[in-house]
Amino acid sequence: MNDISVLTGGRAGDGINSAGLLIAHLFNQMGYQTYMYFDYPSLIKGGHNFTITRAADKKIGAHRERCDYLLALSQDSIDLHRDLITDDTVILFDSGRVHGDGQGIAVGEILKAEQAPAVMGNSCLIGAFARAAGIPFDVVETVIRRQIPKEREKNLVIARKGYDSVSEKRSIPRAGDTCCPLLNGNELIGLGLLHGGLDAYVAYPMTPTSNLLHFLAGVAGSFPLTVIHPENEIAVMLMALGFSFAGKKTAVGTSGGGFCLMTEGFSLAGSSEVPVVVVMGQRTGPSTGLPTYTGQTDLRFVLHAGQGEFPRLVVAPGSPEQAYVWSSVALSLAWKCQVPAVILVDKTLCEGTYSFDDTAMTVPDTGDEPAPSPEAGQYRRYAITENGISPMQFPPMKDAAIKVNSYAHDEAGITTEKADMVLLMTEKRQRKAQALKYETDSLECVKTYGTSGARTALLCWGSTLLVCKEVAERHGFRVVQPIVFSPFPEEQLREAVAGIRNLIAVEENAEGQLRLLCHQHGIPVGSHIAKLDGRPFSVEELDARLREVS
Amino acid sequence: MPSKDLITTAQNTWCPGCGNFTLQFALRNAIKGLVADGVPLENIVLVTGIGCHAKIGDYLDINSFYSIHGRTIPVATGIKLANPDLTVICCAGDGDAYAEGLDHLIFGAKRNTDITVIVHNNRVYGLTTGQYTPTSPLGFRGRSTPQGTSEAPFNPISLMLASGAGFVARSTTRKMPHLSGIIGQALRHRGFSFVDVLQICASYFNVSELYDRQGYELSGHDPADFQAACRKAEEWDYNSDAPIAFGLLYKEEKPVFEEHFSRHSPSSVSREEQIRAFLETKR
Repeated sequence: MNDISVLTGGRAGDGINSAGLLIAHLFNQMGYQTYMYFDYPSLIKGGHNFTITRAADKKIGAHRERCDYLLALSQDSIDLHRDLITDDTVILFDSGRVHGDGQGIAVGEILKAEQAPAVMGNSCLIGAFARAAGIPFDVVETVIRRQIPKEREKNLVIARKGYDSVSEKRSIPRAGDTCCPLLNGNELIGLGLLHGGLDAYVAYPMTPTSNLLHFLAGVAGSFPLTVIHPENEIAVMLMALGFSFAGKKTAVGTSGGGFCLMTEGFSLAGSSEVPVVVVMGQRTGPSTGLPTYTGQTDLRFVLHAGQGEFPRLVVAPGSPEQAYVWSSVALSLAWKCQVPAVILVDKTLCEGTYSFDDTAMTVPDTGDEPAPSPEAGQYRRYAITENGISPMQFPPMKDAAIKVNSYAHDEAGITTEKADMVLLMTEKRQRKAQALKYETDSLECVKTYGTSGARTALLCWGSTLLVCKEVAERHGFRVVQPIVFSPFPEEQLREAVAGIRNLIAVEENAEGQLRLLCHQHGIPVGSHIAKLDGRPFSVEELDARLREVS
Repeated sequence: MPSKDLITTAQNTWCPGCGNFTLQFALRNAIKGLVADGVPLENIVLVTGIGCHAKIGDYLDINSFYSIHGRTIPVATGIKLANPDLTVICCAGDGDAYAEGLDHLIFGAKRNTDITVIVHNNRVYGLTTGQYTPTSPLGFRGRSTPQGTSEAPFNPISLMLASGAGFVARSTTRKMPHLSGIIGQALRHRGFSFVDVLQICASYFNVSELYDRQGYELSGHDPADFQAACRKAEEWDYNSDAPIAFGLLYKEEKPVFEEHFSRHSPSSVSREEQIRAFLETKR
């Protein structure tokens, strides 16, 4: 199998993310499946940023601990990655900044000769990489024409100079003719929400979902979408509920710290039955933690967030395709069942770039939202119904006062402390939970992959799915991935683990949050492989850890 | 069908003599005035916080969002942005607007969203039984400060002027026609309107005598003059025995926040097609 890893390193501000992405596009044009991991510290200029762009002829979503090509824009890019460099590694570096073995490119001189800004150094770099990897220049030209919005001709001249300044070292064959859209998880969540009918997005910047805010703000002109960045996450959540109350399908985005501030509004959504979707991008906690690194430590937080008991939908997509599909589903179901929903993701999925399979965009139809019956008489926002869902109307509605309430309330939405009404409304919310469960039961809430009949399975959730799939294949294991966590798909999970003797949980948390949840539902999980340093599993690391326990 | 007097059948639980009664009827009358001007009643939405004041959401028979403590303004902002045709009113307490949700008040003024914020400023926490608020006088003895507070109140009028509010007014529940008139003007002002209502709390802070003695209605004041408004605002610091001006202190028309967001007309292209077209740019 063709399996190539390219490490691109430099300082923050060098545009390393863009360089890694352009390399992914080169592979994409060569017919490869790609995945790009972006590793950066929490600073604006300096430090050490790197990307690992991986390409293979089958679908991938994890990085390897190897480096076939190293593109160094800083000395650190070589010095800090010596463990990955072998005799076979092709090293290209900016000779103005870096000393080392390999081929130097006079990036600064080339840019100076063309009177080009520093940002165009990326074009020089990918030109050089293409030559070293035996990628024809017309592929470089295609990528620059498609992916660089400004000054294409100048970028092409610079790329050509980079191309001509090195020699071919290790040739990469063409892998096929398929060329996929390359997107990061944030973009796919945004597109999924738009597919589900998103009207408004409200967020305060916070890694790893800031780029979702940027993406949606960028497309708000072309889609019928309003994007607002208010004073803090408390305002974000309450503003979103205002939008929803007035009939606009609304989502918010944040990470754990921001979601802490949102929980009072989250509980208000539960009480008032005003729907909202929260995109919760996990990063390494607790507290500020590692702002730009990953983790899976907030599963229990989102399952329990907010005072009181109320139904909620929690989904945790694990692949770019699932990010798209389940974001749409989450928004639709939040509205259909009038509940708050959480799309639980993490830095790896949010900021990783993937080859997106656009043949896997089919979103299951969740049906229509309940409408009031014409003979119902005076509109009451919390009318008692069989399934607990009261038809939702929005102001202005002629001859009606639409009242929603954070307090215990009666059918008309007026505060009450009467025991019988409090009981009725609590039961109504419980019936809504059943209605939501009925909806999710018709969906594939638990996915299984890999060798059928295998007695060992990896149990994973969220972004660890793709590394688990790849490693499980090597071992001949099955993979079981719950996607929906609330309502918990106990029956589907039981079915998925039937016949499994050794269920190994793979989670990026210390306490084994999914494992504990399974135990709570009487599903035994044997061992637990944890990853606690804020970095996602590499294929090699998970493979080695698995050998220790299986 | 909302009742003719716009009052619901919910049992009223304010204390006898509570200033909220006056405020409720003043607001009701101002709303009736708007409706008489042609604003459909169903286009009016009331957002309340939590506290004695907020029960007005139960009592007025209009659309309402009975939200949580301190959060009226972001809710109202969302509603207004979602549908600029709605008239959105916030009734907030002084604990709501000046303590728990002060940031939202400042940002509401800064954004200049076209909403009206009425602060039921009784200068005490009533529903939680008598603690000091940001506008209680220095030395206020409440159950959380039995020795008296050691912090002076802040001046919400000055704060709103500094924050860019385009409509800043003060009234009192001691003067119902004045109050109703000011609220009516606030509702008609295009932009963020702020009304500080000095209201007595019959149970925990009854200073009717102070407001009757020191209060006066503005005359000869030019609400377009920002400097004059600032001077008027500083006349009484919410602590001393100085004269207390009631009326419109400042008014300025400026672009409203929601103008910056285009109203979207239905697209002939389906979302799915739009998404597919976007994906092509990423290939």
